[in-house]
Amino acid sequence: MSAAHDHHHGPAKGISRWLFTTNHKDIGSMYLWFSFAMFLLGGTFALVIRAELFQPGLQFVDPLFFNQMTTMHGLIMVFGAVMPAFVGMANWMIPLMIGAPDMALPRMNNWSFWILPFAFAMMVSTLFMEGGGPNFGWTFYAPLSTTYGPPSTTFFIFAVHILGASSIMGAINVIATILNMRAPGMTLMKMPLFVWTWLITAYLLIAVMPVLAGVVTMMLFDIHFGTAFFDAAGGGDPVLFQHLFWFFGHPEVYIMILPAFGIVSAIIPTFARKRLFGYDSMVYATASIAFLSFIVWAHHMFTVGMPLAGQLFFMYATMLIAVPTGVKVFNWVATMFRGSMTFETPMLFAIAFVVLFTIGGFTGVMLAITPVDFQYHDTYFVVAHFHYVLVPGAVFSLMAATYYWLPKWTGYMYDENLGKLHFWLSFVGVNLLFFPQHFLGLAGMPRRIPDYALQFADFNWISSVGGFLFGFSQLILLFVVIKCIRGGKKATAQVWEGAQGLEWTVASPAPYHTFETPPDPALIKAQ
Amino acid sequence: MASESSHETYYVPEQSKFPFFASIGLFLTVFGLGGVLNDISAGASVTGSTWTALIGFTILSFILFQWFATTIRENHAGLNSAQLKRSYVWGMGWFIFSEVMFFAAFFGALFYVRQLSVPWLGGEGDKGSAGEFLWPQFQAAWPLLVNPDPSAYPNPHEGLNVTSWSPAFFAGYLPFWNTVILITSSVTLHFAHVALKAENRKRLIQWMSVTVGLGVIFLGLQALEYVEAYGHYGITLDSGIYGSTFFLLTGFHGFHVTLGTFMLTVMLIRCIKGHFKPNDHFGFEAAAWYWHFVDVVWVGLFIFVYCL
Repeated sequence: MSAAHDHHHGPAKGISRWLFTTNHKDIGSMYLWFSFAMFLLGGTFALVIRAELFQPGLQFVDPLFFNQMTTMHGLIMVFGAVMPAFVGMANWMIPLMIGAPDMALPRMNNWSFWILPFAFAMMVSTLFMEGGGPNFGWTFYAPLSTTYGPPSTTFFIFAVHILGASSIMGAINVIATILNMRAPGMTLMKMPLFVWTWLITAYLLIAVMPVLAGVVTMMLFDIHFGTAFFDAAGGGDPVLFQHLFWFFGHPEVYIMILPAFGIVSAIIPTFARKRLFGYDSMVYATASIAFLSFIVWAHHMFTVGMPLAGQLFFMYATMLIAVPTGVKVFNWVATMFRGSMTFETPMLFAIAFVVLFTIGGFTGVMLAITPVDFQYHDTYFVVAHFHYVLVPGAVFSLMAATYYWLPKWTGYMYDENLGKLHFWLSFVGVNLLFFPQHFLGLAGMPRRIPDYALQFADFNWISSVGGFLFGFSQLILLFVVIKCIRGGKKATAQVWEGAQGLEWTVASPAPYHTFETPPDPALIKAQ
Repeated sequence: MASESSHETYYVPEQSKFPFFASIGLFLTVFGLGGVLNDISAGASVTGSTWTALIGFTILSFILFQWFATTIRENHAGLNSAQLKRSYVWGMGWFIFSEVMFFAAFFGALFYVRQLSVPWLGGEGDKGSAGEFLWPQFQAAWPLLVNPDPSAYPNPHEGLNVTSWSPAFFAGYLPFWNTVILITSSVTLHFAHVALKAENRKRLIQWMSVTVGLGVIFLGLQALEYVEAYGHYGITLDSGIYGSTFFLLTGFHGFHVTLGTFMLTVMLIRCIKGHFKPNDHFGFEAAAWYWHFVDVVWVGLFIFVYCL
């Protein structure tokens, strides 16, 4: 570890480059590959679910295994696919966007990553343990997960503990990087929105991941040491579990969407060839959403019974979130208004994000209405709602980001035709998959049940067809990325005609070390 | 890229083996621990899992020791710019905030059961009908000495002190003395910091030793408190929600005091070795912040668990 003399050499050779790296680009790439692998694994579990639900009756799997699939699908997609993918984007792009030489704490950065493969190995291995894997839904409500959970729940709990440690270290790194590592001239209100949204996301992570650690710790003690946190027979309350879980869980859903807002706010101005409309209001709206996310958790629990004042408070607070979110959607649309638009793959995904995420937002407002939620609760309407915000929301933004920054990462342009094919198949697939689920839910089909009444058959097979279409389309993305890494049309440093920001001032592919000395302040412009 | 005179290089280590092996250590620790717990609950032999956990913990401890040692060496070698030092400051600060939120979950659980779920089970308030249908004879009280279903959760023994607030009461009240000890230790730690800044090494070592000693005494008294709770009062982990909240809140606090005492002991050794300079001693400050944080948590515990 002689420091001063060998600053400019490239990556180490062989496997040690990846195991022992401290480089934010290497770590970002590992996060992205890992999350894509988890995306395919979680997607496979989803296809098991959709295959079983293709027709009424029990076809392929027994109900206990079906429960394990719904649980593991949710856990893997939330903690293994979406969150690490955004952390990967943060690792790659934040130092490039703010003109920093690396993340603030590079070794801890690699620790945050390497915990993940071990944690998920442990979590997925529960499927092969006696009694099966977790089968209580990704929300692991007590007493399903305590009194009635399988023995493997213990390993699930410890996996969540170390995932939490990874997230907290990652979030600390993001905060230290953004607050401490900005190049001279990069004032807070000149930061790209992706950096802003990640800063706020990191605060959400630090605030709620410890609460998740606390709630799984209480579960662990209820299971193994006889405590009574979630058992009324000893003076506790299963509803206490739900309050603690959703105090984590609601900010968690914003953890999965705020960075998406940042990505879309980068892409739309580029392809509309206009500055982002209302930059300041975007920042304030993000902060408002983050604040509100802490005081709306009980809208997930309207049907468990809650004092009327609580129901009213959580209903109105939840509806209030539509205001800053509306500001954002308005700003994206206003950015496109009278722009010189072109529709490359990142832009297609970004526009689809705006439209489809907004649909998910609207159903969210419907679910916020307490008396209406009494009917929708635990139906496929809820499934449709959160999949609209997470799949054509968060996941589409990740795909947009991948196409947008891929030339910067690899130095080559990706295959635009294949990219467009991937987009259109995904777009059609995702709507076929989730739109009919609204109707199923409104008609009363419950979620997490492997069988259903005959009248739900038509919409279910449509949904399953959409699911398989969407799932297999993702292999195109894998192909495009590998093809792009292997070669193609050389990318310029600028890559996109309308792109703004420091990441476009370095060569493509971005050199192994960038901004070891700060960039020229003249390059840093207001957004 | 010529180096500018105004720009200090931000030290980014080229490679490090610590993160990967620390991950292996962490994984083996929790994987083994999970096996131990499951084996105990299933009544099976725990040997294999115990070894896994011990080996994992040994690896993790060894790596963390080396990791911190390397960081210290880098600082002594002058690799750490002022900017890098600020990264450590931000890092420790937000780590402590995450710890605050961890305790918030347990305090939240305490407030919830005291203010809402126990009264509801006793038939009071908005959801009081729960009590009527579940255990109609159950009476809400705090400390909860008669559980809703004593066959599932054995009741603590009768006769838990009801606080009477006389001077004589305080004289024999362990939590009161523990409060005095911890607050005093925060003050002595501050004196040590002052001595460090004044470059008075002898004074520094004296005050640090006193602080570590107070931490150890606190832990001893806390152990005594647990013996009392288990033996005399029958308050145990499985004696209902009072024991659950009491032991997890004070237990996690005690665990943090243990960690804090360990950190301060390391700092004491580093003081003796002369690692710190008046203008460069963040390791010391980080440990001190942590200590003040566990002190503040204790004040919250004393008020909400013991007094009210």
